[in-house]
Amino acid sequence: MNHSAPIPLFPPLGARLLAPLPAGPLSLVLGRVARGMAERHPGLFTRLGPHAEKRFLIDPTDLPFSFLVWPKPSGPRIEARSRVTAADWDCRIAGPLAALLGMVHGAYDGDALFFSRDIVMEGDTEAALALRNAIDDAEIDLFAEAAVSLGAVGRLAGQRLLPLVRTASRITGVALTRPEDLA
Amino acid sequence: MTGPVLELVCPAGTPAALRAAVNAGAHTVYCGFADETNARNFPGLNFSRDELAAGVAYAHRAGSKVLVAINTFPRAGAEELWHRAVADAHAAGADAVIVADLGLLAHAAERHPGLRRHLSVQAAAANPDAINFYAETFGVKRVVLPRVLSVEEITAINRDIDVETEVFVFGGLCVMAEGRCSLSSYATGLSPNMNGVCSPASHVVYTEEQGELVSRLGDFTIHKVAKDAPAPYPTLCKGCFSAGGQTGHVFEDPISLDAAELIPRLAKAGVVALKIEGRQRSRAYVAAVVKSFRRATDAIAAGRPVPASELAYLTEGQTSTLGAYRKTWR
Repeated sequence: MNHSAPIPLFPPLGARLLAPLPAGPLSLVLGRVARGMAERHPGLFTRLGPHAEKRFLIDPTDLPFSFLVWPKPSGPRIEARSRVTAADWDCRIAGPLAALLGMVHGAYDGDALFFSRDIVMEGDTEAALALRNAIDDAEIDLFAEAAVSLGAVGRLAGQRLLPLVRTASRITGVALTRPEDLA
Repeated sequence: MTGPVLELVCPAGTPAALRAAVNAGAHTVYCGFADETNARNFPGLNFSRDELAAGVAYAHRAGSKVLVAINTFPRAGAEELWHRAVADAHAAGADAVIVADLGLLAHAAERHPGLRRHLSVQAAAANPDAINFYAETFGVKRVVLPRVLSVEEITAINRDIDVETEVFVFGGLCVMAEGRCSLSSYATGLSPNMNGVCSPASHVVYTEEQGELVSRLGDFTIHKVAKDAPAPYPTLCKGCFSAGGQTGHVFEDPISLDAAELIPRLAKAGVVALKIEGRQRSRAYVAAVVKSFRRATDAIAAGRPVPASELAYLTEGQTSTLGAYRKTWR
């Protein structure tokens, strides 16, 4: 993956196909992933400190919906939202899906994405920095987290699918999982 | 023919970044505690005592060193926080502490004589008399030189001192007399030198206004950047201001230091260690920059030319400068 290359965009046709999907079922799955991540990465809350109670709108600008992340230790939540209803946030971080995934997986540097205007940050800057630093230190792999959150079947499916996902990452230039040299 | 082996001193804002630096080939990593004892006291960053001990053990297993920056100036009545930081760094097995304050240096020399002491860039020691005073009085073994000196000035300093010198070669470029700058304090009420926060995020606001990215620090608008133009950090010293019918950057453009091409000259000037700025950056930045500069130091040691830098995409302003090392300022 060439990190200095332009950020790949989600195909517009794919985004149009995703648009009619209901956000509810996706939110249920994401909620499960959030609770699992909170259990496996308690250090996230230490680094977030008081900002764990804030609401972060993670907004992939090439998808038809965004994600409201509420890390609160008493019950972390991630909800899929349509852009129309996504207003009740403290901090918004927006950019192409590939940029946001790349930051989580340690493939991209957040400041560099900000310098190049690939991502935009609005609202509570301190909360945004705390979230970015907490996630960077946690070395999260979203693919692995999603697989584990689906139980034994998910874990097995994850192991089988991992080579395919890594191949897809190399072909598309999108960090769908933690890069192998960081894993 | 072989050349000098230069020590690469690399930043780590988190334990993950420390591991990334070590894995990428850092000879030495520097970091700080999660409080106002260090000059990168930003939200979500830095190390607990347990994290530092684990980080030191990880680095030592790989043959790397760990330096702990305790480089802010203790507040009257709160010195214990800084004293405890020195003691805890010593207990964690740190290879040295990086200190700026005279009183804290005296405390470290008296209470922890076995702990190596480096003089922080925050002390702004920029001439042989000052450096020799720190070395003779407090047993300082290394000085991190301010980013306002030319290569010729560094050569002259090294001729008249007996301690090691370390210089910045990459990253954010502070153009002020470090440790003495109060621009951010004036705008926010929080001090880079005592609270460890230059342009604290709590006082920074970004907004999109008519296609422009507007950055504000406290009550001051620092930048209005056109759509698709590179965005800068919200620091007053690199702000773009309008006055007297003119608009421009008063002190310095938003730009980063990249002195890779000067490494041979810096080595010849007597420098022993090269420092990479960026404890506030991600592990992706740390890994990429450390790998690039390790290739450079290995090339120098092998007597080969320094490979071309490919790090512009990581820099503020998406471009780089040789800073004061080659003085061409207006």
